[in-house]
Amino acid sequence: MSAVDVAAATIPIGPTRRTRISSRFLRSELRIIFGRRRNQAGLAVLAVVPIIIAIAVRATVRRRGGGPDFFAAITGNGLFVALAALTIELTLFLPLAVAAIAGDAIAGEANLGTLRYLLTIPVGRTRLLAVKFLAITIFSFLATLLVTIVGAVMGLLLFGGGNMTLLSGSQISLSAGIARLLLTTVYLAAGFAALGAVGLFVSTLTEQPIAAMIAVVILNVAMFILDSLPQLDWLHPWLLTHWWTSFGDLFRDPIAWSGPVRGLLTAAGYALVFWLAAWARLGSKDITS
Amino acid sequence: MTDAAVATFSLTKRFKRQTAVDSIDLVVPRGSVYGFLGPNGSGKTTTIRMLLGLVQPTSGRSELLGNPIPARARQTLPLVGALVEGPAFHPYLSGRANLERLDAADRDVDPRTAHMRIHAALDRVGLLAAAGKRYRAYSLGMRQRLAIAASLLSPRELLILDEPTNGLDPQGTREVRHLITSLAGDGATVLVSSHLLAEVEQMCTHLGVMHVGKLVAQGTIEAVRSTTRRVAGVETDRPQDAARVLTGLGLTDVKVEGHRAFATLGAVPVEKIVPALVHDGVPVLGFTVQAPSLEDMFVSLTGEGFDVSG
Repeated sequence: MSAVDVAAATIPIGPTRRTRISSRFLRSELRIIFGRRRNQAGLAVLAVVPIIIAIAVRATVRRRGGGPDFFAAITGNGLFVALAALTIELTLFLPLAVAAIAGDAIAGEANLGTLRYLLTIPVGRTRLLAVKFLAITIFSFLATLLVTIVGAVMGLLLFGGGNMTLLSGSQISLSAGIARLLLTTVYLAAGFAALGAVGLFVSTLTEQPIAAMIAVVILNVAMFILDSLPQLDWLHPWLLTHWWTSFGDLFRDPIAWSGPVRGLLTAAGYALVFWLAAWARLGSKDITS
Repeated sequence: MTDAAVATFSLTKRFKRQTAVDSIDLVVPRGSVYGFLGPNGSGKTTTIRMLLGLVQPTSGRSELLGNPIPARARQTLPLVGALVEGPAFHPYLSGRANLERLDAADRDVDPRTAHMRIHAALDRVGLLAAAGKRYRAYSLGMRQRLAIAASLLSPRELLILDEPTNGLDPQGTREVRHLITSLAGDGATVLVSSHLLAEVEQMCTHLGVMHVGKLVAQGTIEAVRSTTRRVAGVETDRPQDAARVLTGLGLTDVKVEGHRAFATLGAVPVEKIVPALVHDGVPVLGFTVQAPSLEDMFVSLTGEGFDVSG
């Protein structure tokens, strides 16, 4: 190849190299995640839970014309449907959804063989892990937000939206209630994203995405079990899942920040440690898939 | 730094129990079409994976386009198109969507030209008509074509193609051969691994032969061929006398079959044989020098070679 040809071949490469940060790969990643039927079905399941809660409570209230405090709270303000749905889904459904995405992140590409082609483009291994984790985080937020929005809309439709009665008994306006609900969504999503970082690491250990997903779900359940054993109370603050239920503190008056802040720090710690572990693992790995 | 498109220096890879690649010194000159031959399991693919930075060598080093790999992979790989161990794509995406995905991951290309480049790559491998079909519905041949298209998404100086005609029908095989020849004509260097000897013979200028992890021969096709034995044959009505003359000249493995005498040429100059025969009064009715076919050569270098290497 002559010098002229070499120059011609490199012209489209020169000006763009390292001059901009493009979101193109991330957008492609999100298209793959949200375009996949399996994931769409999973999101549909997540969205069905608040609908069932809302309809079931509505039907019960009609028949009995009253009920326990929990139901009374819902009937007083529809936003509680979203909170009830998040509470129910945070133990298994939401972690499962995130585990499916995170487990697939590297193991799925290795299993298909597409990992070797991404790396020879070249996509640097660090960049690959950064984009994958960003996509997992975005999925976590959108999945949690989906439950919140469906719950809030169903609740407001079926029960209306007056003032919100807090756990401490005082009342806040509907808009203040919505703000705290969104804060809860962000808080829980951060926890799920941290679980996603664990999944990303596990995903670098295997070429079987299902195995990675199952491992993450088992870890999640194991943390809940350990958290329920009072003999291990010294361990509880170090468990990622221990802090998830602290979102209740966001509905006190005034907001009791210490629990949620500790929860966010724990999530950030898990995310950092496991992302670095994934980086150390993938960085030195021979890609033979 | 060397001027070769691909150069390795005592490149070695040991997996737990076996040495997959054993201290090889590959040299692929710029502008060549280099046929990388070897039986299954001889270490071709592991070598290619090391060249592309997918696998870390146990010892030794390699250079692509004069740049050390993996140290300068980031700068070098954009100029290298690769097909490694068969096609691999997302099954539920169309062929075109799969190429868009790969292009999106490439930071060195202009997104504004993506559509045009993808179209051109699909066109070049004859896959435009099936571009919208899901990958899972593709035949093996179509998958192989898509993988070749993926390696052509941007201008390349070097193409590393591992078994590019695997699974293609004869028509497709011919098209790929023409494609490789035309890419080489555009100035690209092509390293193509294969176990199909006829194919390599038709399109390659250079050859490297792997056998149980070792590079047992390398050079231009002619040079590699001449390292193996050539056979001189004399057709005559006095074959016994001819055989005696051949032996006297220093040829080895002298045999007589009917009206012919054969012997391995070795270092004896071809042009001396016929005069010597005539001088001794042996009537020469015909004289041939047979270079072995590439297949004979391959077998002589690698053993029978049907069984996979260790």
